[in-house]
Amino acid sequence: MLDLFYDDTHRALRDSAAAWVDRHIAPHAAAWEEAGWFPEDLHRAAGDAGLLGVTCPEALGGAGGDVFHGLIVAEALIGGGSVGVAMGLGSHAIALPPILALGSAEQQARFVPPVLSGDKVAALAITEPAAGSDVAGIRTRAVRDGDSYVINGAKTFITSGLRADLVTVAVRTGGDPDDPKRRHEGISLVVVEKGTPGFHTGRALAKMGWWASDTAELFFEDCRVPADNLLGGEGMGFVGIMANFVGERLLLAASAVATARLALDDTLAFVGQRRAFGRPLHGFQVTRHRLAEMAGREAAARAFVSTVAERARRGEDVAADVAMAKNIAAEACAYVCDAAVQLHGGMGYMRECRVERLFRDQRLYAIGGGTTEIMNEVIWRRGLEPIV
Amino acid sequence: MKIGVLLKQVPASDARIKIADPSTGIDTADIKWEINPYDEYALEAALQLKDAKQASSVVVLTVGGADADQRIRDALARGADAAVRLDDPAFEGSDCLGIARILAAAAKAEGVELLLAGKQAIDGDNAQVPGMVAELLGWGNISVVDKLEFADGTVKAWRASGGGARDVVEASLPLVITCDKGLNEPRYASLKGIMMAKRKKIAVKGAADLGLDPSTVGAAAALVVEDNWSLPPERPAGRILEGDDATRVKELVRLLRDEAKVI
Ligand SMILES: Cc1cc2nc3c(=O)[nH]c(=O)nc-3n(C[C@H](O)[C@H](O)[C@H](O)COP(=O)(O)OP(=O)(O)OC[C@H]3O[C@@H](n4cnc5c(N)ncnc54)[C@H](O)[C@@H]3O)c2cc1C
Repeated sequence: MLDLFYDDTHRALRDSAAAWVDRHIAPHAAAWEEAGWFPEDLHRAAGDAGLLGVTCPEALGGAGGDVFHGLIVAEALIGGGSVGVAMGLGSHAIALPPILALGSAEQQARFVPPVLSGDKVAALAITEPAAGSDVAGIRTRAVRDGDSYVINGAKTFITSGLRADLVTVAVRTGGDPDDPKRRHEGISLVVVEKGTPGFHTGRALAKMGWWASDTAELFFEDCRVPADNLLGGEGMGFVGIMANFVGERLLLAASAVATARLALDDTLAFVGQRRAFGRPLHGFQVTRHRLAEMAGREAAARAFVSTVAERARRGEDVAADVAMAKNIAAEACAYVCDAAVQLHGGMGYMRECRVERLFRDQRLYAIGGGTTEIMNEVIWRRGLEPIV
Repeated sequence: MKIGVLLKQVPASDARIKIADPSTGIDTADIKWEINPYDEYALEAALQLKDAKQASSVVVLTVGGADADQRIRDALARGADAAVRLDDPAFEGSDCLGIARILAAAAKAEGVELLLAGKQAIDGDNAQVPGMVAELLGWGNISVVDKLEFADGTVKAWRASGGGARDVVEASLPLVITCDKGLNEPRYASLKGIMMAKRKKIAVKGAADLGLDPSTVGAAAALVVEDNWSLPPERPAGRILEGDDATRVKELVRLLRDEAKVI
């Protein structure tokens, strides 16, 4: 993000996180992307380096950092050159906030520290085959039975779903997805641990980008979890889900900006080496102007995302702004990655070329964590409707 | 046991070096600095001994100006307990022996029993200072160590001695040990460490604080004067040998013998 909002701790973290990523991710990024997986022990290594959950409370194993510390780590991880690895390592950043917002002290002490140390992997499961943007449409049910909840249903597109040791799952403990009056009622969050009878994962879903991160279907068949794993009370789910909105959207926006930067840097290096018609590519004015446009869009997105992050840090209500930030950053990233492929010519279409991958990876920024259309809904409802 | 780590900042290994005008050194204007990579192994070794409760504390010793503070802070954030930056107009222009005198005095003042340092700094590549410090202190010195064991005040150190052979050296404290790549994998500063380092102070000490005679250090005392720096000649372009394997191998051997004179 913009150095303007940094103090010495941010700058030091930026340098040490980048150095860690240079050693532990960058040399392997291409191979892990091709393999569609990254080694199990990377979570542990990241935990040892203190890179997981820097914004979480110190008492739970975090570093008590502010929003910029979190975004700095997200940017540094993207700098490793594999968006998939960054997102796979980052799934805790959406799985934990609901636990921090709703969980009891006992639940937090049980679930959070092993995730921040990298001993366990956490995922968040809201999306279902028949309900994504429309969260109130979820059908996975949890029925209370004595000291347990019995869960039935399915989730899909879950980041880190295969490797997750604990999953924060959105379930229905009441209400009715088919009744317009009652569909927002009874949404709850419950933590399901790997190995719980009746909890299965499906295959790793094949996808356009983010190859190194596993994206999976989860199935719950009479899956019995202790009632102690319910976060907050029944019907508190939306409160937990909303705990993610600002953080997740900022993380995705910062990741999009960092992805754009990577694509721009790769392209700047390429246009100096590649020659056509007797000169390097940047010998053409049209190429230089395209690069200027790419740089401008990346800079504008970076500035806007940073400003919203700063306002969030000051405790302002940034619901609408953060939705704008995600859209603006996703769009800037899409433009830059498309132009990057174009300026690389045929090489930009080759799997051995990093911008080919970034072009595929960036597509999700406009979809994941709430689509562009849903962000626009938020901008209307939270930012515009109140003033018309 | 208190450990001292000799830490120097050097231009980043990928920095583009320019010669200053007049040519008494490099132009430091646009240089990005980093901790000398071999010193990172020394620091890590010290921190591991502290983690294993074999050392009570780790103090970083650096000769340099305030521009080195960022590297010192990095070391504190990784886990060093304290730092002393040795800075005095009288230190200006010191050669390796002058620097060694300053560091030896500081080591004595800090009461350390073990000094760890990089095997050399990647800027000057002199590899002289730690040995001189040991000599000035009258301590033993084991250099270029890539494996280290420590028990009850006795050190066992491994080093390559050429041709694949290994030395194993046993020694007792006090000691100066210089560290090579492979000794360990240096940690990076975590945010927790960075926050903690904010509460640690970097002490700045000069000749008077160390009880050091200023006439023994600095430019006036220097035995080595550097006054005509130049960049190494540009590496000539590579050559690709043509023909079938037999021809090319023959040609390669001829070139290595007659032109490169390495065989
Ligand atoms: C790689 C990947 C990783 C993911 N990781 C996770 C995860 O870890 N956890 C998790 O829970 N989910 C995850 N998701 C799911 C993701 O959050 C959803 O895909 C996303 O929210 C969109 O939901 P959907 O796919 O059901 O699309 P739909 O909601 O069906 O949307 C389809 C289209 O309709 C539009 N649309 C929907 N509603 C409206 C409206 N009201 N007005 C106008 N247009 C509308 C959408 O914008 C979109 O263009 C992941 C998805 C992917 C692809």
